[in-house]
Amino acid sequence: MPISDHIAHHVRDIPKSGIRDFFELVQSMKDVISLGVGEPDFVTPWHIREAAIFALEKGRTTYTSNLGLPKLRQAVSKWTADRFGVEYNPITEVLVSVGASEAIDIALRALLNPGDEVIYHEPCYVSYSPSIALAFGVPVAVSTKAEDNFSLTAAAVAEKITPRSKVLMLNFPTNPTGATQTKEELVKIAALCEKHNLVVLTDEIYSELTFDGAEHHSIVSLPGMRERTIFLHGCSKSFAMTGFRIGYACAPAALIEAMMKVHQYAIMCASIIAQEAAIEALENGAASVKMMRDQYELRRNFIVSRCHDLGLPCHSPKGSFYIFPRIDHLGISSHEFSLGLLQTQNVAVVPGPAFGPSGEGFVRCCFATNLDQIKIAMDRMETFIGTLSVTGRAAA
Amino acid sequence: MDSKLLNILAADAHASKDDIARQLGTTAEIVGERIAALEADGIILGYQAILDEERANSKNVTAVIEVRITPERGGGFNRLAGRISQFDQVKSCYLMSGGYDLAVVVEGTDLREIAMFVTEKLATIEGVLSTATSFRLKTYKSNGILAHVDAPSGRLAVAP
Repeated sequence: MPISDHIAHHVRDIPKSGIRDFFELVQSMKDVISLGVGEPDFVTPWHIREAAIFALEKGRTTYTSNLGLPKLRQAVSKWTADRFGVEYNPITEVLVSVGASEAIDIALRALLNPGDEVIYHEPCYVSYSPSIALAFGVPVAVSTKAEDNFSLTAAAVAEKITPRSKVLMLNFPTNPTGATQTKEELVKIAALCEKHNLVVLTDEIYSELTFDGAEHHSIVSLPGMRERTIFLHGCSKSFAMTGFRIGYACAPAALIEAMMKVHQYAIMCASIIAQEAAIEALENGAASVKMMRDQYELRRNFIVSRCHDLGLPCHSPKGSFYIFPRIDHLGISSHEFSLGLLQTQNVAVVPGPAFGPSGEGFVRCCFATNLDQIKIAMDRMETFIGTLSVTGRAAA
Repeated sequence: MDSKLLNILAADAHASKDDIARQLGTTAEIVGERIAALEADGIILGYQAILDEERANSKNVTAVIEVRITPERGGGFNRLAGRISQFDQVKSCYLMSGGYDLAVVVEGTDLREIAMFVTEKLATIEGVLSTATSFRLKTYKSNGILAHVDAPSGRLAVAP
């Protein structure tokens, strides 16, 4: 019997990440300008790095409480209260995780019995469907549409609800589409969750990166939602701290206690050095966030303007640092577009289907890249599209 | 719009009007008009390259001179500070709080030239009470830019 037959069926059945093949190819090439990243180009602000150094100097090298340093949980509790008006008890209702990704995993493992259905909107972050499957749940995707700027409608959610529906996963602003949600639609979705007794798992990691003065609305701040919501956030995107791997979950004590069981036995705790840095970020990082957000907004304006020059339909996202332009009118697939752009112009973007089948016809471009690089990348994309239309005409 | 425009130019005075216009959601013509107006108003005073002077092979010497002066009725420190600022050797001149009055940044071809400037020109001005000269030895950061930049952080080219 080959050794691969020993692999658990539910792991074997998870398809290989669409992004990984592409990643291998990009890695093998030199001097690629990449709009394919999923993290800020800024280095973590110095005052936050300095806090990590200081923690090391002080000899802060131990385990922490499974839930995380009390001072960090207090900082999280204060931040959610100030930001969204939602109070969490730092002793029983906050858990510090290794990135928001771990929080998603432990939340699903804590909630799902085999066969429970989890509704999520797609295109979405690559881990959602696999994380659900790894927790023995059934992923149920709701496709969002370019004509709605990829926002989620309560009506589309309602169509997917069955007696086995248990959890609704939300991610606004959305990776990869930059979608945001109006408060009106969130109210309707909240009403559905109450009616059908769904738990909401809301990943709001991009909440601090909203543009045009747009206010981020969190479903957890709506009446009645705090008691049925697991609120997930982290330091990676807003503070440019991806490598520190600090996320957190806020939820009613019973859910945090359940998540803690999984977290405790799988992970023990997040790194204390990173937790010390996260305290500095949450307590004193607002100016750094604003500086980065202002830069992202200028770059977004630039890249959206260039996309429109190139005839690529694309909404101007009010949040996240991604645009998700449509390319299917060029007569090639997302994968062909991304591969051609990479191989002929040395520019990397991510094919839309990496984020679910409904991403076909789109590509994701990250504008958390310095403006000079974005400029060159878009000029090269223009050249690439030019060659396509020449080929197209020749064929006709 | 002006504050965003000024931030862009303060970070990169080379930025083209078209690139600025795309970032601000306006036209290159309007950007050009605003820049001209800001220049005319004296809000934009000039444009300069920031050099790594050691590598630019500049032999020049820079000193910061702490100057104490006597304030005058009616004008305070302005007349004397204005007079000191007129010298070509003076690159910057700031009125300071604390133990002295003016911080005068002076550039010269060698130590002697600066010493001569201080003793013959600066210290002899009526109203200058004292000077204390410190020479720059090495630049670590200038105008917000680190002089010795490490290699980029090595972000993965494709990540979810």
